[in-house]
Amino acid sequence: MSARQILGKIGLGFAVLVIVSPAVLFFLWMASLSIKFEVDNAAYPPVFIPEHFAWKNYADVLASNRFLTYFVNSLLVTGTATLLAMLVGVPAGYGIARMAAHKSAIVILIARITPGLSYLIPLFLVFQWLGLLGSLWPQIVIHLVVTVPIVIWIMIGYFETTPLELEEAALIDGATSWQVFRHVALPIARPGMAVAFILAVIFSWNNFVFGIVLAGRETRTLPVAVYNMISFDQLSWGPLAAAALMVTLPVLLLTVFAQRQIVAGLTAGAVKGG
Amino acid sequence: MSTIAEPAEIAADGEPQREWRPPSYWPFVIPALIVVLGVIIFPWLFTIWMSLHEWKVGSPTVFVGLSNYLRLPSDPRFVESVGHTLVYTALSVLLPLLLGTLAAVVFHARFPLRGFLRGLFILPMMATPVAIALVWTMMFHPQLGILNYLLSLVGLPAQLWVFHPATVIPSLVLVETWQWTPLVMLIVLGGLAAIPAEPYESAEIDGANMWQVFRYITLPLITPFLFIAAMIRMIDAVKSFDIIFAITQGGPGSASETINLYLYSVAFIYYDIGYASAIAVVFFALIVALAAVLLYLRARMQWNEIGSGA
Repeated sequence: MSARQILGKIGLGFAVLVIVSPAVLFFLWMASLSIKFEVDNAAYPPVFIPEHFAWKNYADVLASNRFLTYFVNSLLVTGTATLLAMLVGVPAGYGIARMAAHKSAIVILIARITPGLSYLIPLFLVFQWLGLLGSLWPQIVIHLVVTVPIVIWIMIGYFETTPLELEEAALIDGATSWQVFRHVALPIARPGMAVAFILAVIFSWNNFVFGIVLAGRETRTLPVAVYNMISFDQLSWGPLAAAALMVTLPVLLLTVFAQRQIVAGLTAGAVKGG
Repeated sequence: MSTIAEPAEIAADGEPQREWRPPSYWPFVIPALIVVLGVIIFPWLFTIWMSLHEWKVGSPTVFVGLSNYLRLPSDPRFVESVGHTLVYTALSVLLPLLLGTLAAVVFHARFPLRGFLRGLFILPMMATPVAIALVWTMMFHPQLGILNYLLSLVGLPAQLWVFHPATVIPSLVLVETWQWTPLVMLIVLGGLAAIPAEPYESAEIDGANMWQVFRYITLPLITPFLFIAAMIRMIDAVKSFDIIFAITQGGPGSASETINLYLYSVAFIYYDIGYASAIAVVFFALIVALAAVLLYLRARMQWNEIGSGA
């Protein structure tokens, strides 16, 4: 290896380091804030790794603020909204791809452009009329605004790439279109469904704007609960950072372990809701 | 193999071969159609309808025609919020576009742990916005924040960041850039992967330097992807809500109040539903207009390329 090649390798390594460090350092600092006592969080110059770990920050969050209730709320809202979206979105993606109804995708695109608040105002009034505001249903329904377009968009793209020959053969053999979908198309589409599922889960889990309007004290999801901690309950940084990290940790882990699927989905459609 | 054999058998039986028609795929779409009608299309139409009414919670609804729209130009808070939105959006498109392209050029190279590092790099855009906003707020803290400490290390004066009207939008753009540069990187990376090797080989033979290779080969070939990235970035930056709301709530004063934040206040603090709906409609029109400007620029650039090529 020549000196120039070695120099190039070092340069590349340095460039990668510079590019990745803002993300990595931020989350390390977040972790550091979450395990420090107030003394260390207020220290100047700042302390990165404290002498005494404040694990009690995490215990405090778990014990107070009904964190577990909000966790369950988040699971129910994101879980139901994602499953419903898969239930209607996967067949729809299949139908649109097979009918080559590309114009219908425009609706999805406009949905992508529309600000989330434009859905929130009318749907808020409807939920009020229906007297649903005390329950989780308004949030589940409005999270469909996020999850359904993601699932349909990704599944259209995926079914357009799956081979038609097998499906046509099955149809000629007398299978109904439902049987073809269920036994031929669906098994091949699992990777695409995984991508749609993961992205729908992440963007629904992260959603904040729908919750601040629709959630009451009992029906908050985690992002809303954390936001309320800033404004009302907590002023010390340690427990706040611990709560923030716990809220986003599932997403961070999912991103690192499923980065291949996430990258595929984002570059295919770059769909984000809300 | 059987698929080839079977039609032949039928033909041998002398049965007339019926014309095969594809089945109807409508039943697959209908459930989604109902959902989309209910949660997406109905809100659009309802918003337009509400925007034509004087509609405040607790008082009767009155049809007022376009007067909600006519209020907008003389509402100083709305006009100001349009300005904030445009500045915020312009910066939040340009900076991630620049940095994301640089990052994509680096990530296009082969190196060990590339996938894992790419996973780390995209963490900011996947993380829960409210959670990261909270940590950024701590980092922006003028006395205890890590950012002013880092500035002091390189000899720069301490800043007030989001706590001063003059620096609040650039500070928020810093967060937005940190968050969304990865998306630009991924899109441009897709573009780089699609470039054939030949132009680079001939450039190497011609002795072009790295900058020339980037400027005259890479950049023109990834321009379509840069436009896609700019378009997506623009749409997201205009609508940006979580970060601004969680960090500043539009403050200090109204120095970082964008259209989306003002819309939130009108709808859910003042409960002026009719006026809020008019803002929502105009806001949507503004996003479409900005998208059209980008498409126009793209079309013009294509013509220029053809023109210069002739």
